[in-house]
Formats: sequence, structure tokens, C-alpha cells
Amino acid sequence: MMIWIILLAMTAAAVMAVLWPLSRHGAISRQVDPNTQFYREQVAEIDRDRDRGALLPAEAEAAKAEAGRRLLRASHAADTMLDAVGEPALRRRRAASTLALSVIPILALAVYGGLGSPHILERLGRVPVTGQEARTDIGSAVAQIEAHLATNPQDGRGWEVIAPVYLRMGRMDDAVKAYEAALRHLGPDAARLANYGEALVIARDGLVSKNAQTAFEKAVELDPSSAKARLYLARAAEQDGRIGKAREDYAAILTASPTDAPWVPLVREQLARLDGQQAAVASPLDNEAIAGMVASLASRLESQGGSVDEWARLVRSYAVLGQRDKASAAALKARQALAKDADGLKAIDTMTRELQLTNATP
Amino acid sequence: MLVEAGHFALALALGLSLIQFIVPLWGTRANDPVLMSVAPTTALAVLACIAFAFVALTVAYVTSDFSVLNVVENSHSTKPLIYKISGVWGNHEGSMLLWVLILSFFGGIVAIARDSIPARLQANTLAIQAAITLAFLAFILTTSNPFDRVVPAPADGQDLNPLLQDLGLAIHPPLLYVGYVGFSISFAFACAALIDGRIDAVWARIVRPWTLTAWAFLTLGIAMGSYWAYYELGWGGWWFWDPVENASLMPWLAGTALVHSTVVMEKRDSLKVWTILLAILTFSLSLLGTFLVRSGVLTSVHSFAVDPERGTFILGILVVFIGGSLALFAWRAPRLQQGGVFAPISREGALVLNNLFLATACATVFIGTLYPLALEVMTGEKISVGEPFFNLTFVPLIVPLLLLLPFGQTLAWKRGNLLGAAQRLYAALGLSLLLTIVVFAFTHDGPVAAPLGIGLGTFLILGSLNEIVTRSWTKGGDWAVMRRKAFGLPRSAWGSAIAHAGVGLTVIGIAATAWDVETLGTLRSGERLGVGPYEARLERIVPRREANFREDVATLTILRGGQELGTVDTMKRLYVTRGMPTTEAGIMTRGLSQIYVSLGEIQPDGSLGMRLYYKPLVLLIWLGAVVMAAGGALSLTDRRMRIAAPAKSRRLPANPLPAE
Repeated sequence: MMIWIILLAMTAAAVMAVLWPLSRHGAISRQVDPNTQFYREQVAEIDRDRDRGALLPAEAEAAKAEAGRRLLRASHAADTMLDAVGEPALRRRRAASTLALSVIPILALAVYGGLGSPHILERLGRVPVTGQEARTDIGSAVAQIEAHLATNPQDGRGWEVIAPVYLRMGRMDDAVKAYEAALRHLGPDAARLANYGEALVIARDGLVSKNAQTAFEKAVELDPSSAKARLYLARAAEQDGRIGKAREDYAAILTASPTDAPWVPLVREQLARLDGQQAAVASPLDNEAIAGMVASLASRLESQGGSVDEWARLVRSYAVLGQRDKASAAALKARQALAKDADGLKAIDTMTRELQLTNATP
Repeated sequence: MLVEAGHFALALALGLSLIQFIVPLWGTRANDPVLMSVAPTTALAVLACIAFAFVALTVAYVTSDFSVLNVVENSHSTKPLIYKISGVWGNHEGSMLLWVLILSFFGGIVAIARDSIPARLQANTLAIQAAITLAFLAFILTTSNPFDRVVPAPADGQDLNPLLQDLGLAIHPPLLYVGYVGFSISFAFACAALIDGRIDAVWARIVRPWTLTAWAFLTLGIAMGSYWAYYELGWGGWWFWDPVENASLMPWLAGTALVHSTVVMEKRDSLKVWTILLAILTFSLSLLGTFLVRSGVLTSVHSFAVDPERGTFILGILVVFIGGSLALFAWRAPRLQQGGVFAPISREGALVLNNLFLATACATVFIGTLYPLALEVMTGEKISVGEPFFNLTFVPLIVPLLLLLPFGQTLAWKRGNLLGAAQRLYAALGLSLLLTIVVFAFTHDGPVAAPLGIGLGTFLILGSLNEIVTRSWTKGGDWAVMRRKAFGLPRSAWGSAIAHAGVGLTVIGIAATAWDVETLGTLRSGERLGVGPYEARLERIVPRREANFREDVATLTILRGGQELGTVDTMKRLYVTRGMPTTEAGIMTRGLSQIYVSLGEIQPDGSLGMRLYYKPLVLLIWLGAVVMAAGGALSLTDRRMRIAAPAKSRRLPANPLPAE
């Protein structure tokens, strides 16, 4: 509510900026005409120059005469101006006021209504906002742990603590490395393996890679009830195009879990989605937005070419979206585009193998 | 709350600009001063709204409000405060906001300057200005909104491109934008003059300070950008003929021509139509620069985002404004009153020559920049037009211009005397030739271009000072009188002399690059590597950790003839959030020369790859630009009005007084 009051006040102030000059009846005093001013000063300047000896008296006279002629022309032009009184002027003023009163608020509200987020405060209010202080605390804590790990790299517990923090800070590669170190020093454990796999998936924009799948499989071996690992395995099946298998897996998770488990709604959602549509999207993000992004990337790469990383991102994105045909086609195009780049070809090959894109090699 | 209010203020500014566009134009059509008076207040309101939006975004950056997408994408909570602030314009959205902020700021100044600008001209100018603001606000709101939100807010941001985390970035874009956008005022004045069909010396008098301001800032902005590229990119080069650099060079060349042609218009009431056309072209080139950099047509550090939607939008703006203004020009220019004719050998004749050279030089840069793009669009073939092309086209145009410059400065208005001008330059010419020969004698096995360039630069400096000297010096005169005379000269005379001397300094700096020495080598601690007369000894390499990056710092001691001169640090940084490495060059300044150290790869055996440059007089390149801008600024403080003395017969006074 408060926000609307502020926005209203701002609108009123903006409209006033237009209405105020319109309301000054006849208050337009004749300003000193700058034209006249200019030539007056020019004449004074000529006098000064003559006194300084910069101009000969005859020249000065001629210059003054020329300036005088221009001054006459300028003041004549000034006299033809000003049509501020009378009925038409009043009507014009009213029309301009109406224009300002309607255009400014309507345009501003329409634009802001379409693009702004006036209710953001309520939505943000529900999430505990991490304040500046809390963040610097995290920052200094991370720095402390990092310093400790730099001297005691065999402290698996420390790696395990810092890994999820990295993940939240968006430092994906560091998170993956931290989980690897934790696994190395503390040994495999279902939860640890599942977390490691999850970090791998997040680091690769939602794609369950070969490594991640292995980690999840090991986790399920150690603890068949590990819901996280089983969920990701189901997603892996879906990304491989084995929709039936994915559906079975999701259903199995549902039957094995207590009804109040936190992941149950998510699983139900996935199942409903698989039932509802064939071209499935494996990410909770907005499909259209992703599809749009991928399409623009594809068109750019096709028209202008791009780096290995960009091609790889395109292929992976198609795979994540479940569009395996397009992924294969994109991999083929990437191979053509990168034909001269041996490293690039290798990278694309590794990825097609990882994604099991069978018809992507010529 | 503040962010939302800022967003709304931007939407309000859009509505206000529409009013500022329509009502004043209507006012000048209907000759109604009340409607015209809407322009200044509305322009100030637009400025207030955009400034508020900018402040709101800056606050979001400073407080690390990660519910704003733009902040998430370009900031990080551990980033130093100065880069949090400079990060506001270190990205596409924020820099466009800065662009319109400066645009509306110039509009605000025109609005305040009510007593010095005729009301009709002011109303028309502000209306055109509003049209530009309107187009760019629409662009920002629909395709590049800096106030987009993300819910839930991420815990931290993705950090700013590390190359841009630098003091140079904090200063370079605002300077450049003041330059680009400043020309929008000249453009708006030109369109206003066309709409009204009136153009005279008063117009030139009003436009000149704006053009000069924009030109001075653009000069500084380009120099700053060049210096930034020099020390941050680690290649030791200062100009790469990169399309992004050319995009700023083109308006500068056209703007330089404009600054000179407005002088002719003001003094002699001629070259009117050409000046109007130049004003339109200069801003059109600024817009073109914005398009090239912002649309992602060129892929470089400057293309923050590759987004066809944005490119199309800016292209639309480009077509409307350039096409519209040129159509207006074609329609109205024939009605403008033509100015007088003049003799070819005269100050104004020399300035026309200057304009011809600059315009042609600008055209070659234009072709060199756009031809490869056009070719790629048409045939898909990629060609690269770089230094060789510009050395063959641009340099042969600029060198004669520079050679003729001192002669032009010495010529008198109206009817100059070429022989007399040459006579007055004897001393400058002789001294420069002498210096060239001396320098050549000392470096006879070095490149020939360097002594020649240094001679040219000296000629430019001496030729500029010559003007001050000949105007105050009389044979056997009293020192005190001469000094009083020299300081009594109008500031614009001093400004022009200083600015042209600045050109000379830059020319010397560029010529001296022919003497650059470069050495590559691998070093272990305690080992030495020589470059020119200097040696560098690697002392140590140590890792260091800062808030948002970690780095390896190599410390080197610079020696000359076995004597230690001091140490420089050069760094290889890794910015953790983006996982992006950068190299920070180590630079030691000795007088006007620099020793430039850039750290390469660390070899498996622990030795360091190292690149050393010795760059004599390199600082003059940028110092010259600063001096040019200072000359422009000095000229701005001159309130003198210009005279056009239409004397029928003119006897040369004992003490010739050329342009002021």
C-alpha cells in the first residue's frame, strides 16, 4: 500500500512540472532577448578592441555598422513573436494540460504495471533476507575455513562443511572439488555421494553426467532408501530419453517414501508432468524462457560461429530439454564448425559419448 | 521500495519526455510562449526522474540488494566499494541508464540557461532532445531493464567482469558518454535551427561551448580508454584499431571538424549549412558507436550481451534519428540563408581545408570499420581490417593536415598572406628541422619514422606557441609589457594554442613508439633480463589473497647500469566467482618513459615467463590528449564575443592579429 502512495506522489509531482508553466497566465515576462544581447556585447567588444589597438578606427566603424544591421534584423524577428493571449491561446493551454494530465500517469502506470514488481516486498518478506552483516560473516567464515584447509588439506570434515556453502555462493567448481576431497578423506557414504552427485549436476546446468550418475548409483548401492540419489537417477533416465523407466523410478520413490516426506510433492509433480507431456523438461525452470535462450544461442552459433564452450552448452541444453534429435544435430554442426580445432572436436566427442548421443558422429 | 520507486521514476520520465517532445514543438508552431515554457520545467523534471532512478540503482549496488537481477549479474558482496559503484555502469543496462542520465543532464543545463538562448531555439532544441531521451528510455525499459527482479534472491552475486574491475573503468565510460551525449546537444540545436529555418552567428555562439565541452570530454574519454587498454590488457599496445575504438574515434574526428567549423560560422557568418550537416553527422556517428558497441555486432570486452532484440531496437533508433535528421536537412537546408564567400588563402580557408581532411579521415575510419561487417553480412566472408589498412589510408591524410596546421594558425582572417605566414614560421620550422637532424644523427641506425615524427610534433608545438609570441612580442620591447600583452590575449587564443600544442605532444609520443624495445624470457629468482638500457631482476613470487580474487605477485627490481631504481609488482589474478584469470602489468615510470612488465605463464620448472617493454616517451601520447582537453576547457572560459569586421579595405596593422 505504502508503495502506491509513494508512486502516486511522484506522479503528481511530475504532472505539476508540466502544469505549473501552463498556469502562469501572462507571467511570461519579456526576457532580455539573447539576440539583442549578443549584438550589444559585440558592439562593446569592438569598442574595446579599438581602444586596445587591435582594430583601426575605420574598421571598428564598419564592424559596428554590420553588427547594428544584424541587431536590427534580430529585434525585428523578436517583435513578430508572442501570441500568448486570447481565446485560442487559452484553448491551447487547456488542451496541453489535459494531454499532460492523461499521458504522464497513463503511460507511466502502464509501463510500470507491465514491467515492475510492486508486490516484491511482500514476496521478499517471506524469505529471510540475508543482510549485509550476515553475508560478510559468511565471507569471513569461508575465508577462515579455507585458510584452515590450506594448511590441513586432509581434514575431510572441513571439506564437507564448506562444500554446501560454496554451492550456495555459486562457486560450483569449488563445491565439486570440496566434495571430492571429503569423499577422498572420509570415505564413501550414501549421503555424501548423493550430495557430490548433486553438485556435479548443478555445475553442469542440470545435466546428470556420467560421473554424477555413477555417484548416485554407488549411493543407492550403499543405501537403497537414499531419495536424493534415486530422484536424480530417475531424472538421468528421463534425460536419456527412457521416459518409461523414469516414470517407474519416480513411482517407486513415491511408494517407498513416507507420505509426509519433503520430496513427495516434487516427485508427484514430476510424475504428473511426465504423464501430461511427452517432450519433457527436466528442470524446474520456466520451459519457455529456456527454450527461447537456447534458440537464440543456436541461431547465433549458426550464423556467427562460436567457441567450443558455447557449442557444448548448446548441445547440453538440448539434451537437458529432452530434445535428443536436436542435440545430435547440434553436435554434428559443432563438429563441422570446429573442424579445424582438434581440442574442440575432442571435447565435443567426449560430450556426445557422455550424453549417449548415438547418431551424433558422422 | 527504493528500487521500485526508481523503476517507476524511469516510467514517469518516459511520459514526461513525450510531453517535452510534443508541447514545445506545438508552441513554436503556434507562436505561443506559454507552451514553449513547458520545455524547461519538463526537462528538469525528466532529469530529476532519471537521476532518482540512477541513485536507486546505485543504492541497490552499494547495499548488495540481490533481489535485483542486474546487481546479481554484475556485483558481489565482497567487491570493494568503488567497484560496486562503478559496476553500476560496468554492464549494458546500467551503462544505458548512465547514457540517458547524461542526456537529460545536458537537457537540464539547456533548460536552466534560459537567458542566453532565444526561447524558440530553446523550445525546439529541448523537444528534439526529448525525442532522443524518449527513444532511449523506451529501449531501456523494454529490452534492457536494470530494475528486473529475481525472487528468491540469490545469496550472492556473480561478480563483475574482472577486466572491468579497475579504476580506469570507473572513469572511462562517464567521460566517453559525456562526449558522445554532449554532441546530442549540437545535434538538437542543428535540428532546431532547421525546423525554424533560422541560423546565424548567434546560433554558432550558443552551440560552440556545448560542442567544445563534448569534444574535450570525448578526448579525455578516448585517452583514458586507450591508457586502460594499455595497462590492463597486458599487451603493451595503446591503440588497436579495434572497431570499438574506431567507434569513438569517428565522432571525435567529426567533432573536431565541428569545433573548427563553428569558429568560422561565428566569426564570418559562413559555412552555415556545412556546420549544420557536421553537427548532425557527429551525433549520428555517436549513435552508430553506441549501436556497434551495444548491439553485440562486434564481439569484444565491450559487448556485454549478445542479444539480437537489442541490436534491432538500436538500429531502429539509428534509422529514425539519422534518417529523420538528414531528411529534415535535405528539406530545410536549401532555405537557410547562405553565408558569405571568402578567399582560399585565409584563416577560414585553412579551416575549410582542416574540415576536408578530418571528414575524409573520418570516412576512411568509417569504411575500415564497417566494410568488414557489411562484407560478412553479404557474403559471410570474414576479413580483418587492421593496422596496415589504417596506416595506408588514415596516416597519409593526417600527416599533411598536421603539417599544414601551424600555417593555418598563422594565417589571418579574411585575406591571409601565405608568404607572411611562412615567414612568421621560419623560426619554428628551422628549429624543428634542426631537432629532426640532431635526433636522426644520434639514432641513425634506428627507425627513420621516429625523428621525422618528433620533428613534426615539435613543429606543431612551436607553431602553436608562435602565435602567442608573435602577438605579444615586439622587437626591443619591454619584457613586462610583453608579458602583460601575452596574458592579456583572449583565453580562446591561449586555449587554441595549448590544444594544438597537445596535438604535437601526442604526435611525439606516437613517433617515439618506433623506438620501443620488447624482450621475452623466462626468469628464476635472482636472474636478470635486459630491455633497452634497463635490466629487471626477479626478486620473488608470492601468492596473495584479496576479498574477491587470489593472485601470484612477482616482484622485480629495475636496474640501470647496475644501479637499482626501485621495484615493480606484476600480478596474475584469478577472480574466484567467475573463475577468470587476468594479468596486471607492472609499470615503472621514468620521466615520460615507462618500463612495462607483464607476467606470463609459470613454467613447470618454477621459472616465470616474462615480457618486458621499454617504451620511451610513451606517456606523451596521453599527456598530449589531456593537454588538448585542457586547451578546450581554457577556451570555454573565454566569454569574449566574436567580431566580424567587414572592412572594405584592410591595411595590415603593425602587429597582425589573427584569429581569436
